[in-house]
Amino acid sequence: MSVQVRHHPGINLSHARPEDERHTEVTVFGFWTFLMNDAILFALLFATYATMVNRTAGGPTGPELFDIGNAFVETLVLLVSSFTFGMGAVALKEGRERAVTLWLGVTLVLGLGFVGLELREFASLIGQGATAQTSGFLSSFFVLLSTHGLHMLVGCIWIVVMLVQVSTFGLSRQVRSRILRLGLFWHFLDLVWIVIFTTVYLPAVAS
Amino acid sequence: MSGPWEGDYRGHVVAQPSSDAQSETRSYVWGLGLAVVLTAIAFGLAVFKVLAGSALLAAIGILALIQIAAQFRFFLHIDLSRSKREDLQLILFTGLLILIMVGGSLWIMASLDQRMMG
Repeated sequence: MSVQVRHHPGINLSHARPEDERHTEVTVFGFWTFLMNDAILFALLFATYATMVNRTAGGPTGPELFDIGNAFVETLVLLVSSFTFGMGAVALKEGRERAVTLWLGVTLVLGLGFVGLELREFASLIGQGATAQTSGFLSSFFVLLSTHGLHMLVGCIWIVVMLVQVSTFGLSRQVRSRILRLGLFWHFLDLVWIVIFTTVYLPAVAS
Repeated sequence: MSGPWEGDYRGHVVAQPSSDAQSETRSYVWGLGLAVVLTAIAFGLAVFKVLAGSALLAAIGILALIQIAAQFRFFLHIDLSRSKREDLQLILFTGLLILIMVGGSLWIMASLDQRMMG
């Protein structure tokens, strides 16, 4: 009977050899550094958006364009996908391979659903003549939202790659370590989305 | 390390989920519950126009900060324990950089706007 000690954030896997554990600790910390780098990129896109939000150049404004219902559904899809990934992480910790595959699959479907909803929103905006070239406001809006959307798409591709690796290699040490980092990435995108609906959609719908 | 799910260890391969997995599952359920509630409050305040103007912006800003903290705690397992101090310091330092860069940019741009367009 051993006391489980958590050594780093995210999923903590038990390692047979201490050098494996140190390796995981170092790579996870490195990945955190990348995520914080990414956070600064998003923060500056938010600053750009906040500066540009009233520069509509005679074109349509946020309150005229945004569909708050769609934004709410997108938020829920993303939140639930973060939760299902968490369930996958618990299954991973217990070494239940089928459950890991199942939860990763559910997360993938939700992630693709989110990307689909976002693309539908973009298509509807462009259909109303609100393209990225229309105004400074719409340029910064599309850059911010599509940067997040591209991250989501990369996350989905990463899930597919991990599903293939789980079916090929099983839950080997490297595979577990990679899924752990994918989890940090996925939860991080959820955090960015919270700031997006708080700064982009909610102020627009209230004004 | 005792609880109903631990069972009798002697000679058994314990098939039940460990206490650790149980507490992690609970952590994710808490995270999801808090996130949904905080999101619903934020959307409700804006959509039903409970608050307006800067009061609304302040309220949804605070709700967002609480939700970010909750997700760090329950989804990313960052807390104040010693083993996570390094990661927490990295996150807080990034927060400081963001504060300086975003706050500074907004300040400069607003000031320029006021003096050149106003």
